[in-house]
Amino acid sequence: MRGYTCKYLRINLTTKEIKVEFLDKNNAENFIGGRGLGTKMYMDEVDPKIDPFSPDNKILFVTGPVTGISAPAGSRYMVITKSPLSGTIASSNSGGFWGPELKFAGYDLIVLEGKSEKPAYIYVNNEHVEIRDASHLWGEVVSKTTDTLKEETDPRAKVLTIGPAGENLSLIAGIMNEKDRAAGRSGVGAVMGSKNLKAIVVRGTQKVEVFDKDKLKETYKVALAKIKEDGITGSGLPTYGTAVLVNIINEAGMFPANNFQKSSFSNAEDISGETLAEKHLIKNTACYGCPIACGRLVHIGDGEGGGPEYETIWAFGSDLGINDLGEIIYTNQMCNEMGIDTISAGSTLAVAMELYQMGLIKDEELDGLKLEFGDSGSMTEWMKRIGLKEGFGAKLAMGSYRLAESYGHSELSMTVKKLEMPAYDPRGVQGQGLNYATSNRGGCHVRGYMISPEILAHPEQLDRFATEGKATWTKIFQDLTAAIDSLGFCLFTSFALGADDYAAFLNAATGTKHDAASLLKAGERIYNLEKLYNLEAGVKPEEDTLPPRLLNDAIEEGASKGMVNKLDILLPEYYSERGWDEKGIPTESKLKELGID
Amino acid sequence: MVIEVRLFATFRINRFKIKKIEIPEGSICKELLYIVGIDHNDVSILMINGIHSNVLDKLKDKDIVSLFPPVGGG
Repeated sequence: MRGYTCKYLRINLTTKEIKVEFLDKNNAENFIGGRGLGTKMYMDEVDPKIDPFSPDNKILFVTGPVTGISAPAGSRYMVITKSPLSGTIASSNSGGFWGPELKFAGYDLIVLEGKSEKPAYIYVNNEHVEIRDASHLWGEVVSKTTDTLKEETDPRAKVLTIGPAGENLSLIAGIMNEKDRAAGRSGVGAVMGSKNLKAIVVRGTQKVEVFDKDKLKETYKVALAKIKEDGITGSGLPTYGTAVLVNIINEAGMFPANNFQKSSFSNAEDISGETLAEKHLIKNTACYGCPIACGRLVHIGDGEGGGPEYETIWAFGSDLGINDLGEIIYTNQMCNEMGIDTISAGSTLAVAMELYQMGLIKDEELDGLKLEFGDSGSMTEWMKRIGLKEGFGAKLAMGSYRLAESYGHSELSMTVKKLEMPAYDPRGVQGQGLNYATSNRGGCHVRGYMISPEILAHPEQLDRFATEGKATWTKIFQDLTAAIDSLGFCLFTSFALGADDYAAFLNAATGTKHDAASLLKAGERIYNLEKLYNLEAGVKPEEDTLPPRLLNDAIEEGASKGMVNKLDILLPEYYSERGWDEKGIPTESKLKELGID
Repeated sequence: MVIEVRLFATFRINRFKIKKIEIPEGSICKELLYIVGIDHNDVSILMINGIHSNVLDKLKDKDIVSLFPPVGGG
């Protein structure tokens, strides 16, 4: 099989055993790679009822067949494990250069097992693989760890690491690579921390063979032209980054503020992509092989570093009532250093602020720090305290749901399946609400990005307030996304590319004979597999829902005034579209059709 | 009648962020775009008072028109 290296590493941190194993051809054909293949392998090996922090739990780092080959934005890898935050399957995706480097070292994935007695890191240098002591790095922030490990190994090596948040088992800890790229969501950093594993350093010098080099070249040429011609990937994202969404989502009156108590923010312009470009931007940055370059290098005080994405700007901006973009940049940087998911962290701080507003959190708990909407003074310090689990930071470190529940108000947590929802109020955009409710990892925007057709007129403009047709669209978007995430592409390519383009890449890379329909079917297989995992793990079918505020309390002002999310209409249509029963459980006939019975 | 025009992203370059523009009663968005100097083919999203609308839609006094070139993120 070309496109894959066909080998992977199995590393047991308890026994220190390192093995090279071979990829199962059937699994690769049916589940592609990345998110799909990783989920299948994880499910085959780990009891779904496992405590995510048990040494018997495993964590997989999985590339796709286009990762590291000549494909635009084929930069991604997936972290697969059970989420300690949500109890669902965690498939947390990151770009940068680490995933391609793992392929260049000769491996499609790493399966990590057991728990190291002492802090450890792994050094993969082509065929030489070692488990090394990391005691001197335990407690270090991400940038220092990255620099030190490059010095200790190879300056050209790529470093994936956790920060103090992962070490301290914060449920909102992410995994960082190249300092500022994050497999941020679902608390995967804490699973790595529970194994006493600080980092995985990779250096690879081998080329990934593909099935048909000429065909790949031709496919690349066609895809690159589409990416350059498309207004979003060719111009919008390179010029302003993801933060360009601030103004458009706010104009539509669905930019949540103050923990979703409001749905627009009067100071949105201060934290917009346009303002970021005008006042803070140094230059664009790109992940491996990416012609879009949506990344931002920004001034941070006297230094420079990765700039905040749209979701981060929202989480530390309007969701906290804050309009100080400089402070948001600092806080983003602190999250990168501590290894914290910015969406979950901002949303957790938002519910804490609402509980404080209600008088339920008292000043004496806060050690002199502020917890008021609109006050940016303590935000960065809160991130530090989350990472170190200090004082009230220890409560914030458990995420929004557990924090709100501990004060008797879990309904105020803006989460689905305990994962914090990002920056789109689903009352003003019905299909995105359905996607949040049915996403297999909980409140996530990138499992089926319905904002694209409902707001951004891509590939066509849908009525965002309507429910009709949204179940069909959501299913297609979710299935296609599952395929893209499994291939190893960045999801942003999908603004310009379609299922037939992705099928062409997979065929040229691996020799399969996919078309758009069969690729979507593979995506559907993966989506159903994840759903099965969640059910086996104990996630209840009725958790396919939204917080009561979004179902019952109409938006009070702005362009989405009067709206709630009509999930009661959307959900039955969606289950029917998926061929699931009325409770949302995949039917035997559907599973048989997909070959996962 | 007076329309508030809000421009975003690259539309702002050599133009403005927000401007109140007086146009004749009964004008449609396309006519407003002509005055602003933006080709309607370059407009990806046009909102009237935050609601996605069409270049042929009629305007009324005090409407807010927001104009976006192709933008995206996530």
